[in-house]
Amino acid sequence: MTRTESELRSIFLDQVKDIPAGERINRCIQCGTCTGSCPVSYAMDIPPRQLIALFRAGELETVMKSRSIWICASCYACTTRCPSGIKITDIIYALKRTVMEKNYHSKAHQVQILANLFIQNLMSYGRLHEGTLIRKYYMKTDFKRLFRLVPLARKMFKTKRLALFPKRIKAHHSLSRIIKKAHEIEMRHIPEKLDYAPEFVGYRGIGDLTLEPRKGGNA
Amino acid sequence: MRYAYYPGCSLEKTQRGYDESVREVFKALGQELIDIEDWNCCGATMYMSVRETVSLAVSARNLALAEGMGLDILAPCSSCFTILSKTNRFLNEMPEVQRDVNEALSNGGLSYRGTARVRHPVDILMNDIGLDTLKGKMRRSLNGLKIAPYYGCQIVRPDKTFDDRENPILLDKMFGAFGAEMVYYPMKVRCCGGMLMTTFEETALKLNKELLQCAVDNGAEIIVTTCPLCHFNLEGYQDRINAVYGTTFNVPIMYFTQLLGIVLGLTPKSLGLDSLFIPLGEKIKSLAEVPYV
Repeated sequence: MTRTESELRSIFLDQVKDIPAGERINRCIQCGTCTGSCPVSYAMDIPPRQLIALFRAGELETVMKSRSIWICASCYACTTRCPSGIKITDIIYALKRTVMEKNYHSKAHQVQILANLFIQNLMSYGRLHEGTLIRKYYMKTDFKRLFRLVPLARKMFKTKRLALFPKRIKAHHSLSRIIKKAHEIEMRHIPEKLDYAPEFVGYRGIGDLTLEPRKGGNA
Repeated sequence: MRYAYYPGCSLEKTQRGYDESVREVFKALGQELIDIEDWNCCGATMYMSVRETVSLAVSARNLALAEGMGLDILAPCSSCFTILSKTNRFLNEMPEVQRDVNEALSNGGLSYRGTARVRHPVDILMNDIGLDTLKGKMRRSLNGLKIAPYYGCQIVRPDKTFDDRENPILLDKMFGAFGAEMVYYPMKVRCCGGMLMTTFEETALKLNKELLQCAVDNGAEIIVTTCPLCHFNLEGYQDRINAVYGTTFNVPIMYFTQLLGIVLGLTPKSLGLDSLFIPLGEKIKSLAEVPYV
């Protein structure tokens, strides 16, 4: 296994550990209910069932490059229906965070750009100003789409639904201090050395599960 | 009852019709909404999926403020509802996460013990106030209006909340009791794509086209929604869907609280009906505009 794969595993498993019942990822029976329930799996290059299979096979690197993890719209259909109780949506969040943690791609994915702008927006005002977010996002990704939004913006203006200027909350400084501290705490958790035995792929990487050698021959 | 009201960012302006109708309906039912002072954005799905501790702390600031008020939180936006509920659950289930978040909150002079409860208006209206009371306040009948109830994903998932996760029925019961005809709408909890409309437009347009198609095929005259993002996608992008797919959808999209407000005899203006993009059909317009006796 490459060094990168070990690092990825380590970060990913650390993220999974923070999800209540996150360790259930080891119970996947590969039934495909998640993929069947997902309204956007048709547009994924690697559907949810395969994401888990690849993780178990020690192929997180492949997973990191997929567009699937960005296209998840957080509808939780998979999570609700998983017969093994796997928190698939949260697992996909963990995958997103792993990519971002590692700065895995030289070019940020558009969802990542949107997420970063969202965070900036929240940091500046304490509340989301949709107009600023959308304008900045399209400026960065596809400014032509801004023109297409003009009729929509006009409708919003006419129905008094367009907030022209962002509003800042009063406790803006206090919120910034909270965010800064939370960020420090998060950084504290990133393991300095790899203590999840990431050289073990699949279930063993999770740590609390011991695999018994299979009895009864080599079948 | 009194509730700590958390409107959320989109209800402030973009979705003012939801905010106005929630306030009016609750007032008409004798409930008091007290705005959480100086609330901040819950972080939405966007934040939650990219920074764990930070997102929990941002969202928990609101829980802490509401805990200080000693009231249940009323969160009409599905995304806020899910994020706040999820944060609450994470903090309660994982003491070490709660410790971390409290360490961050203390930097802003706050702390959270984990006692706030996050509620959605559908839950309060149907389970606390109850259908009998609502029927007692009924001023107008919906008169066979054909409605597709669109619950969206996040008020019923991921956790078991106040209604079934696969086939919620509270809105069907509510409007059914007011004389509406609730059409068969098997897509009632299917995802609208949410923010995909910005990042993967093609995919989101397809999802919304299917939602509209299913409603129209089953004879719905309007779709009622419970979520600002669903509402915006279905309403604001209907033109675009027609342009891309060659369809001719013209389905009014209404918040369930707006329709409930009409039933309770409230005025169209106070319910923010003037903020809708797609004009209501004659049937419902006449309902809304004729003063009740």
